[in-house]
Amino acid sequence: MEDRGAARPDGLTDGPAPSGTLKVEALKARLASVGYIAGDALAMALHLALRLGRPLLVEGEAGVGKTEVAKALAAASGARLIRLQCYEGLDAASAIYEWNYQRQLLAIKAREHDETADETEDRIFSERYLLRRPLLEAITQDEPPVLLIDEIDRADEEFEAYLLEVLSDFQVSVPELGTIRAKSIPHVILTANGTRDLSDALRRRCLYSWVEFPDPERELAILRARVPGAGDRLASQVVRFIDALRREDLEKKPGIAETIDWVAALLDLEVETLADDPGAIRTSLVCLLKTEPDRAAITPEVLARITDRAAA
Amino acid sequence: MIWPAEPAGTHGALHPTAPGIDPAALTGRVAGFVAHLRLNDFGLGPGESAVALELLGDIDGCDLRAVRLGLKSLLAGRKEEWERFDDLFEAYWWGRGRVRRRPAAPLADSRTRSPPAPWRNHLAPLPTGRAERAFTPDAGGPDDDEARGTGRVAASRRPILARTDLRHFADPSELAEAERLAARLARAMRYRICRRYRNAPRAPRLDLRRTVRRNLGRGGEPVDLVRRRRRDRPVRVVVLLDVSGSMEHYSRFFLQFVKGLVGSWVESDAYLFHTRLVRITETLRDHDPVRAMSRLALLAEGFGGGTRIAESLAAFNDRYARMAVDSRSVVMILSDGYDTGDASAMSREMRRLRRRARRIVWLNPLLGWRRYEPVARAMAAALPFVDCFAPAHTLEALAAVEGELARL
Repeated sequence: MEDRGAARPDGLTDGPAPSGTLKVEALKARLASVGYIAGDALAMALHLALRLGRPLLVEGEAGVGKTEVAKALAAASGARLIRLQCYEGLDAASAIYEWNYQRQLLAIKAREHDETADETEDRIFSERYLLRRPLLEAITQDEPPVLLIDEIDRADEEFEAYLLEVLSDFQVSVPELGTIRAKSIPHVILTANGTRDLSDALRRRCLYSWVEFPDPERELAILRARVPGAGDRLASQVVRFIDALRREDLEKKPGIAETIDWVAALLDLEVETLADDPGAIRTSLVCLLKTEPDRAAITPEVLARITDRAAA
Repeated sequence: MIWPAEPAGTHGALHPTAPGIDPAALTGRVAGFVAHLRLNDFGLGPGESAVALELLGDIDGCDLRAVRLGLKSLLAGRKEEWERFDDLFEAYWWGRGRVRRRPAAPLADSRTRSPPAPWRNHLAPLPTGRAERAFTPDAGGPDDDEARGTGRVAASRRPILARTDLRHFADPSELAEAERLAARLARAMRYRICRRYRNAPRAPRLDLRRTVRRNLGRGGEPVDLVRRRRRDRPVRVVVLLDVSGSMEHYSRFFLQFVKGLVGSWVESDAYLFHTRLVRITETLRDHDPVRAMSRLALLAEGFGGGTRIAESLAAFNDRYARMAVDSRSVVMILSDGYDTGDASAMSREMRRLRRRARRIVWLNPLLGWRRYEPVARAMAAALPFVDCFAPAHTLEALAAVEGELARL
């Protein structure tokens, strides 16, 4: 699963690093400081998204760290993270805004006799009675937040079309209140993992990055950042093991989170190298293999083969 | 944000740090690159060229790796494009002789065998004998069948078949009737409910907006409560059509049927299989119906021969299922279940499919025959996972399925 970009000889990378590259490197370093080790392609895409002010669409298999990108970006820049989790049937009321009806009703009741209908109307259709859902929330911040629109492919096509509108104008119109324009343009990151195909319009609006599982080298760096307690020997064996495991014919390949969990479990079981304790490895595989067919597919023989190679 | 946005003017649209590059020439080259990608099926508009130039101003034009990664995230929009970008980039900027290449299979997934280049190549005229067969409805007469051996079942049970059996369909009016039937089937299953929300007296969710509205006359006092629930989503249909030799007489008709279904229904998807699996949704939606049908006829005809249902299902599960099948999908398999593969593989793949799909409907033309028992091993292995196992040998039988499907 190596990054094809990284493996490709471009020839000219050895010279003095020019300024654009420096900025990307600086971004990578910043992300690394909050524990996110980004690949070159992703770092470049992020850099451009920030630079051009365009949304970034991140795709990849489950567990490659798509959602984490947004969290890391927010943490690294001290920005607020606003997350919109998409699901089938997500509608404007839960994504953009909704009137707080209960409160409006109460307000009407409480002042029933002291004001005219117009006054009541003005009062109850004010920002105070507006429930801000993530999209509205994101464009009304003073400082640009990071807006994470997670699993956009789970939402319906209609919502996608609406989102497209919000993402190009950065304004929301509330009939009773008028148009609310963005105070600051959020940094938008969308993630998808292929539940359905996204529209071309949305893809064209966004920058794009396909994230692969990290190569062993990068995964090792991730482990060092996330599980500092793991010894170098164990960590490098683990990344080789995981790399080999991902090459097996599995339904759900273990993601980075699974690797981290597994190392934590191994530490807890006081395993120092993979060759030590086959039993512990076998039992701790529950961290990695999450479906019954996958558990069946990794027979003791397969496990022994992978372990031997990783521990070599 | 701590990344300061640079004032737009500092790096002009064209490259400041690469001396000796003529800006106009660079503009032309970049526009040419975008056109080159467009030729290779990238969905790019003219706006992209401008942004690409702006981007070259921002990242250093001497750092080719950075340029490649930058252009890649800007110009690639989906996984397939992402994977092909590097080759196209090299081909254009270094002229490695692959400039005008059209990919054989744009949907190729790196993890599985690359699929056959489905219909593009089939547009070229075939050797005459082949082409004639493709367009002759009843190409395989009885003698043909026995000679080839693929139609053995059909041959031995021929006397049982009534005049309405689909394999005897030849005349255009009957085929047109078949298409109409398919369209009706599609309508029956289409949007079960079109309104976004449906008022539902016993639904758990109170619709406050409508409640207030309805009780305006009572001064806003909520006397009548309006409840609502989320509308039902339209069912998605995924059709897997067996076009192997043993299905020969039926597949021609079923293609019409599938075309009616897919052509009129956005949320549907169709695949052909025999020993391999091919996605045909786009072909079926071809705006020129004659061309679409002739492509398909060629496609189906060119295949014939043995069936590997299990392997085709495996290919489907590996490559397409995640995108095509979800909890509101009905998977419709049109096959006679005669498989040369392994029955245990069949049952494994059906189990995988079962987990994703809402329902699996298996339409088997042989089921309409008297005394037919699903004894073929593959069919027997698949049956436990099938929700609806129905005959499909006549129009009437198919019409009966309509009711079954509308209930889903």
